Amino acid sequence: MSNKIKIATTSLAGCFGCHMSFLDIDERITALAEVVEFDRSPLTDIEHCGPCDIGLIEGGVCNSENVHVLREFRKNCKVLVAVGACAINGGLPALRNFVSVEACLLEAYRDGIGVDNPQIPNDPELPLLLDKVHPIHEIVKVDYFMPGCPPSADVFWTFLSALIEGREPSLPYELVHYD
Amino acid sequence: MSGTLTIDGKTIPFAEGQSVIEAARCAGIYIPHLCHRPGYAPHGSCKLCTVFVNGRKTSACTFPAAANQNVVSDTPELKQDRLRLTQMLFVEGNHFCPSCEKSGNCQLQGVAYHLRMLDNHYPHFYPQREVDASHPDILLDHNRCIFCNLCVRASRDKDGKNVFAIAGRGINKRLIVNSASGKLKDSAISVEDEATRVCPTGAILIKRSGYQLPIGQRLYDQHQISEVALSMQDDHEQ
Amino acid sequence: MKTFVDKVLEQAEFQPARLLEILRAVQAEFRHIPESAIALIAAGLQIPRTQIIAVAEFYSFLHLTPQGRYDLLISDSITDRMLGNQQVLDALAARLQVEVGGVRGDGLVSLNRTSCTGMCDQGPAGLVNGYPLPRLIPAKIAAVAELIEKQVPLADWPAEMFQVDEPIYRADLLLKQPFSNGEALQTAFARGLAETLAEVDLSHLRGRGGAGFKTALKWRTCSQQTATPRYVICNADEGEPGTFKDRMLLDLYADQVFEGMTVCAAIIGSSHGLVYLRAEYLFLRDKLLAVLQARREQGLLGKAILGREGFDFDIEIRMGAGAYICGEASAQIESLEGKPGIPRTKPPNSVVCGYQRKPTVVDNVETFFAATHIAIQGGQWFADIGTPQSTGTKLLSISGDCRRPGIYEYPFGTTVRQILQDCGADEVMGVQVGGPSGTFISNRELDRVVAFEDLSTAGSFMVFNRTRNLFAIAQNFIDFFAHESCGFCTPCRVGTALLRNQLAKIADGHGAAEDLEQLSALCEVVKNNSHCGLGESAANPILTTLLSYPELYLQQLKAKEFAPGFDLDATLAAARRLAQRDDAAAHLNQVEN
Repeated sequence: MSNKIKIATTSLAGCFGCHMSFLDIDERITALAEVVEFDRSPLTDIEHCGPCDIGLIEGGVCNSENVHVLREFRKNCKVLVAVGACAINGGLPALRNFVSVEACLLEAYRDGIGVDNPQIPNDPELPLLLDKVHPIHEIVKVDYFMPGCPPSADVFWTFLSALIEGREPSLPYELVHYD
Repeated sequence: MSGTLTIDGKTIPFAEGQSVIEAARCAGIYIPHLCHRPGYAPHGSCKLCTVFVNGRKTSACTFPAAANQNVVSDTPELKQDRLRLTQMLFVEGNHFCPSCEKSGNCQLQGVAYHLRMLDNHYPHFYPQREVDASHPDILLDHNRCIFCNLCVRASRDKDGKNVFAIAGRGINKRLIVNSASGKLKDSAISVEDEATRVCPTGAILIKRSGYQLPIGQRLYDQHQISEVALSMQDDHEQ
Repeated sequence: MKTFVDKVLEQAEFQPARLLEILRAVQAEFRHIPESAIALIAAGLQIPRTQIIAVAEFYSFLHLTPQGRYDLLISDSITDRMLGNQQVLDALAARLQVEVGGVRGDGLVSLNRTSCTGMCDQGPAGLVNGYPLPRLIPAKIAAVAELIEKQVPLADWPAEMFQVDEPIYRADLLLKQPFSNGEALQTAFARGLAETLAEVDLSHLRGRGGAGFKTALKWRTCSQQTATPRYVICNADEGEPGTFKDRMLLDLYADQVFEGMTVCAAIIGSSHGLVYLRAEYLFLRDKLLAVLQARREQGLLGKAILGREGFDFDIEIRMGAGAYICGEASAQIESLEGKPGIPRTKPPNSVVCGYQRKPTVVDNVETFFAATHIAIQGGQWFADIGTPQSTGTKLLSISGDCRRPGIYEYPFGTTVRQILQDCGADEVMGVQVGGPSGTFISNRELDRVVAFEDLSTAGSFMVFNRTRNLFAIAQNFIDFFAHESCGFCTPCRVGTALLRNQLAKIADGHGAAEDLEQLSALCEVVKNNSHCGLGESAANPILTTLLSYPELYLQQLKAKEFAPGFDLDATLAAARRLAQRDDAAAHLNQVEN
């Protein structure tokens, strides 16, 4: 076992933009790699999360699979961080909260222009949609929040540096953004 | 009546008729607020400017400044309450900053940045609200209304038109428009009106004027709202 | 339409201040405020149409969409619930084929819940077109349904259906006191008005509406204002759930209340009095108008009262339209001016800048009633009773789990234990003193006393026995505040809705330890930042039940760790239905297994 800090990341109802922004820390990633290793993450292709120090969640909760993944992270991560606007307030996916699930599904799979072979997908493998998209703090306890759409690379760097060094993270004015 | 009062231990002058928040502003002390605007009739609904005056909590924007008052504004407890009240405003409406033209120039956002608000804390209401895009020059997006009443006061007191009012009760409050259809296009509003320019959020927007400054150069990218508020001119003072 | 609205506007002398009265008349005639009426009223009063819509949306008894020709409202106070108001709603809904909260397709009947109607001693109670239907027992429900189905005009319904009783189980200093009309005025004139004010001062009479402001100080301050005219307002908007003592006073002791107003008018120099009568007490209106008319004929109202040249005073009755917040003095004044009842910013106080921005005394019904007797008997007589800080007696409206619900008059300082014994309450779990905005006490605190310095109350006294669920009580009260919040300020508008949801989360068994911390923190934000007394006290049902029964809250924290505040599995229901699935993967547990 290494002494490295273990980090897991995932994107729920998100666009992976936060992950892309994370990678924008550029060459600082080599310094980060000295002290952390990644568990479940799109960066590693590890399918399930083991015990971790930090879990980074991008995206809100829009379907049943998101709930399961989020719970897996909560169970395994000592510290859970909501990353980005969608994880914090539902973000762009939550714009469907003003349309019923029924209307969404019927438009997409039955009544919409250009729909061929109209039918609502019913494969048990497919996760079902929640009636609303929820920010993650409405489903599990969240320890920290990194706002932004996406949070800038500097936000990731500042936040993670503090967490890794065991300090309470705090963002200077310039780094607090909701867009 | 004029004289001095102290705010957070600092002695400042005030003029006859000034509110605590205005006396503080003139002395270079920022008290967070959203429903207050210099030159406008005090309203006192957002409650962000809640301070202690001689040990009693009150709204700094409605409370008259008086000699020897002891005002306390900068305490961890008051700051925490301001944060919570701001978070209430965020969950009450539908505030999706990344898709809002006002982002970067929005006072609600500016106050939240100032308070280092990182999350919305409370469960979201996601209320069903309308967008009124009927007017050729002005957009009214009810999703972003925080019931500060500034457009109501601007239209009534500055424009002499009474275009807006707030109806409803409790969490079902709503901004309404003075026209038979209820739509902005049938109201007396025009793009020159003061009422189109006082909205602290992106609820009332002048069309074709968004995104003029790139990210990084917008108002609250460059300046904290505390600086902006203190530099506001009293050009509408009556 | 135009003829009707023109007539109503004319009766209201085209005064924008009488907008509520105008809208009430339109509502009664057309079962809502139609668009065409809005335009006519706006033009007639020269006010923006938005003011009419704002008022119509603010008050529960005004509607922008048609209600039934028979509009049934069932009181949803906790005591009405305890007496089975849900069965009343279910029975009416079934018999009349109308949904709760809906209007029947043919427009004949609408059915809904409403905030406490002030009939807690004779519940479950309701209103039909504004008139009270106490004691809705099954036979009466059947009769009501039949009368509605047969479309019998309200005037032809059996009078006993509307019979409101005034059970007085304990009369003390004031209720026992003999009185003849004009006695207080004659004594006051003989003694001198300044001297009478001194007697009121000596009595240490404090406002009976709950806040307990010293009456003499209010009257003196008003009398010293230079601005005129000055107004006397009698606050008869008895909206605090569980309170009905003003109903009784106006029903049985109206002369003594009006005489108190008149004494006040003489002292402060007022010629115009208003009674703001809550909409739920419409049944008292004609009776009160008759009393006023008799007093005019007796020379006790009108010009040169009791022959005293220059002392002219008259009283008008103005109806509310269903809004608890209008019990707050400045909100009431806004309402009297034809606006939504949003409490004003203070300073200035109403006594300096009140109705029509003029000096105004707003006092509770019971305060004027007490003042009448103080004017006759003198201040010491009153001050000798009660406690030093709370002199005199207090009328209590007792309801809930007791054998004798009704009106009781007690000297201040009486213990809760004594009161419970008198009203026949056994196996008490707790008592709500002062209504939802007051204090909940457990059965471990029964030696506490009714007084401003301990348990302050405007009159509400609700008893709960051991079979009652603490959360059902607290939730009823919190729901009430969320419903009645005027929505002006952020902490109350948003905070009461958040409190409602957070308390429901715990009550529904979805709460974890941190949810209780969040609830307490939220209570403090609402309490410490709100604009008026409603917001300041809106968290009291939680704060005081938490204080008296912390163990019940702790037991109710069923979730080991944080869980959603909504039914997670239910949020998949629509998707399940559309995908026609019901397999295990199509469900979610509220918490992880």
